[in-house]
Amino acid sequence: MLNLVTRRIVATVVTLLLISIVAFILIQLPPGDFVDAYAGKKTQGGVIITQEELDVMRARLGLDQPFFYQYLRWIGGVVRGDLGFSWEYHRPVADVIAERLPLTLILAFSTLLFTYLVAVPLGIYSAVRQYSVGDHAATVLGYIGLATPNFLFALILMYLGQKWFGMSVGGLFSPEFEDAAWTWARFGDLLMHLWIPVIVLGTAGTAFQMRTMRATLLDELNKMYVTAARAGGVPEFRMLLKYPVRMALNPIVATLGWELTNIISGAPIVGIVLSLPDTGPLFINALLNQDMYLSGAMILIYCTLVIIGTFISDILLMILDPRIRLEGRS
Amino acid sequence: MPNEPHTDGNDKKVRRLDIATHWQLMWWRFRKHRMAMTGAAVLGIFLIISLFAEFIAPYDTHTRNTRYLQGAPMGIHFFDNNWNFHIWPFIYGRVNKRDPVTYRLKAVVNTSIKIPLRFFTRGETYKFWGLFEADRHLFGVDKGFVNLFGTDQLGRDVFSRLMYATRISLSVGAIGVFLAFTVGIFMGGIAGYFGGIADELIMRLMEFIRSIPTLPLWLALAAALPRDWSALKVYLAVTAILASIGWTHLGRRVRSKLLSLREEDFILSARLAGCSDARIIGRHMLPSFMSYLIVDLSVSFPYIILAETSLSFLGLGLREPIVSWGVLLYSAQNIRTLAEIPWLLISGLFVIIAVLAFNFMGDGLRDAADPFAK
Repeated sequence: MLNLVTRRIVATVVTLLLISIVAFILIQLPPGDFVDAYAGKKTQGGVIITQEELDVMRARLGLDQPFFYQYLRWIGGVVRGDLGFSWEYHRPVADVIAERLPLTLILAFSTLLFTYLVAVPLGIYSAVRQYSVGDHAATVLGYIGLATPNFLFALILMYLGQKWFGMSVGGLFSPEFEDAAWTWARFGDLLMHLWIPVIVLGTAGTAFQMRTMRATLLDELNKMYVTAARAGGVPEFRMLLKYPVRMALNPIVATLGWELTNIISGAPIVGIVLSLPDTGPLFINALLNQDMYLSGAMILIYCTLVIIGTFISDILLMILDPRIRLEGRS
Repeated sequence: MPNEPHTDGNDKKVRRLDIATHWQLMWWRFRKHRMAMTGAAVLGIFLIISLFAEFIAPYDTHTRNTRYLQGAPMGIHFFDNNWNFHIWPFIYGRVNKRDPVTYRLKAVVNTSIKIPLRFFTRGETYKFWGLFEADRHLFGVDKGFVNLFGTDQLGRDVFSRLMYATRISLSVGAIGVFLAFTVGIFMGGIAGYFGGIADELIMRLMEFIRSIPTLPLWLALAAALPRDWSALKVYLAVTAILASIGWTHLGRRVRSKLLSLREEDFILSARLAGCSDARIIGRHMLPSFMSYLIVDLSVSFPYIILAETSLSFLGLGLREPIVSWGVLLYSAQNIRTLAEIPWLLISGLFVIIAVLAFNFMGDGLRDAADPFAK
């Protein structure tokens, strides 16, 4: 078990290193750099900028150095907790992100929680009452949930909210709490707003996990040990939870990391549509404005979250399923 | 049909089952899957739309009905407001009036003007498939405009734009899937057939790509496209970007199938007969699991369509003058527009229907892929 965990940790670190290189290549890809974008904006505003000024600026920002040197400087800083400087915000990237990252994390983990809290019971119900009205309804909802892109779902909710309740469903806080310090009242206000992005982000995943749960549980229910347990007189509900459900949870847990990937993937776009004060709009604006250290840091953070998620689900799976745990011992 | 018992009266049918090819067996099985057939039919309609978009759409994507900005969808009527039946469908005319409160020009339905709908009528000239000029349209009106799904902020016909967008969105999916398929077969083929270091390297690469959250990666790649590229270049680049991640799924499938097939007797005999590696893979191995690959194809199609829609919706994917479903939704981004012109969301409906149809068809194909299973 320990051996397996160490191997996983090493693999995770290597992946993170590779991802940092990819992230850096990605933010270097756009033709032109921040200085060009800056110059373009200034010239549009009617300010005249000479080539010398641009060169000075480039040298100051280190943009005239070769690629690998720039990367080493960047990753060296990242390891020490210095994510670079955001030119767009004129503040360190770490500060800009620190303001918004907690909301993204809250959103991601609430969505994850929502997904499993809804998907597992619904999946069990669908499997036990196969072909009942409830099962069919869950199936139809599941298909539609899978087919609707997140942002479209958000748009529709926004439209319906506007039309029927006359309220705007965007944002995470009421106006009076927008810039307030963290208090219980503010937290309560957050919870009141949080459920919409959570539903928007979580529906597709919930649908998928529900289908998986239903399919695997149906397989398990036909096995001999279920019949044996029933014949032995174990109460139906206890038997269900103790044996087949536990088995059927394996694929669900195994895809936890994957689910987190999907949630993190979908978060930026939902953040933009619902104008949430989280990292989504920050990331897209950084990409559009070529604020390279900010976008690089965001890519890195998104990837790290996903890799940590995968790591956790691997460990959970080892705890849950002895077969995997014992394999590593040989 | 296929599984009927051997009786004298039914002899002919049973023999048909015995001599049926693999693909015939698959078709019989697929045909029984009602949802899958529905999905296939819907996709057929989408295919017809994208093939004949110029003909079905009454107008070009940029023709403006300047007298009907943000106009609501026009209903097609058979009955007028006195409940008189008209054998020929018609639409009511619109008259612009100033709103007494806001002083904005507003189109008001005038039920006294009935404009009959004409079919196979002459309208705007277009180049069919960019090859030959024509001016016949499926439907239209003699004078004025018919806007089945309303108009957008600039007075462009949403229905026409939707028809063209269907063509673009499906073609992005088709080309993207084709690219992913080619790369996937190639990489998976190398990994599965040769094994060893090649296998190890390719597998690590696939795992690595899959561990990166897709949308941020796509966004970063799409943001890297030069702004001054032409719309067509952007279209091709976006398609390639989407395929660059999609191939890993197919690659894995090809690899695992090839690995298990490698040990089969018929491969050994092909090798003894002196077949080249490429021939063994292409002629003997691939056809034996082609049906599974088709399932994967139909499953990965909606992912690419959804991804394209999301990218374009954010303004990072395709852009005008090329219109796709995502580009159409791009104009419905903020709540004010949405409240005023909700019919812009119809393109979202198309996305959902298309993805549903692909999913249903995929389910049916998955069942059919192994026609010998119970």
